[in-house]
Amino acid sequence: MAEAVLDHADAHDAHDAHEGHVHKTNTGMSNNKLAMWVFLGSECLLFGGLISTYLLYRHNIQDGPGPSEEFFDIPFTSASSFVLLMSSLTMVLAHSAAERGDQKRLKIWLLSTALLGSVFVSGQIYEFTVFVREGLGWSTSPFSSAFYALTGFHGVHVTIGIIMLLSTFISTLRGRMHPGNAETVEIVGLYWHFVDIVWVFIFTVIYLAA
Amino acid sequence: MSEETLTAETTKGVSGGRPTHDEHGHITDFGYVKIFVILAVITAVEVVWSYVNVPSYVFIPILFLMMLVKFYLVAAEFMHLKYDIKLFSMLFVTGLVLAGGVYLIFLSASQIWQSF
Repeated sequence: MAEAVLDHADAHDAHDAHEGHVHKTNTGMSNNKLAMWVFLGSECLLFGGLISTYLLYRHNIQDGPGPSEEFFDIPFTSASSFVLLMSSLTMVLAHSAAERGDQKRLKIWLLSTALLGSVFVSGQIYEFTVFVREGLGWSTSPFSSAFYALTGFHGVHVTIGIIMLLSTFISTLRGRMHPGNAETVEIVGLYWHFVDIVWVFIFTVIYLAA
Repeated sequence: MSEETLTAETTKGVSGGRPTHDEHGHITDFGYVKIFVILAVITAVEVVWSYVNVPSYVFIPILFLMMLVKFYLVAAEFMHLKYDIKLFSMLFVTGLVLAGGVYLIFLSASQIWQSF
């Protein structure tokens, strides 16, 4: 009797794993999603530290250029911000498509998000090369070090997000994505939106308030 | 549940004849596009505002208010914090408050506010 019950439970678990259902947990919520939220909470401390360092050193420019409306290319950075904002929309539409089991749209939106993210990172690389040509090197001044550390760390986060998006896209191509594991897309989305939120803050504090 | 109640619940959050929320209260694709348009408009206003010549005690609070609205919209709607378990919101807000608190003390100790 007991063996029969265990076999039934194993068969049920195997079915759930095959269908991609979230397993029951002690907390009653998805462990993966909980882990991502804990991670994002800790990321606030990382970016908080980098933003504080920037605020502390932004006037320490020594002989190099400083943060000003003339130095920053606000229209260009505004366009980059708009691109990243648009990528948040395509990401949320990808999650919505994953929940509906709409494979075609899921692929389109995942790829669009990765593409928009790449445009943003390319823009950032271009901006950095312009700044270096204008005399703002990595170690020119405490301001430049703090600026490159903050925006560079953000750029690395966007790049990691693009890798996550492309991995999810490949899983979709291989037919591993179905409504049962739409949570994978949601978790990638949480990371991506967090990166967008951090940029909302950086854009205001560094560029617009300059 | 009567048919009238069902109709009332499923059409909750209708804007311009198109539903912005589904039967579970979750936002629809059209709703997401509307949120994006709001975010884009706020970003445009922020950029225009950055060129307006006003004293910093007016400029900074309004700029940060617009930033906070954008922050809230992305976290609540795109990250689904508004619809998800409260614990997730608590984890995120704890991180934010902890970071904000620790670094505000650090910046105050460094007398950063004199430079504004």
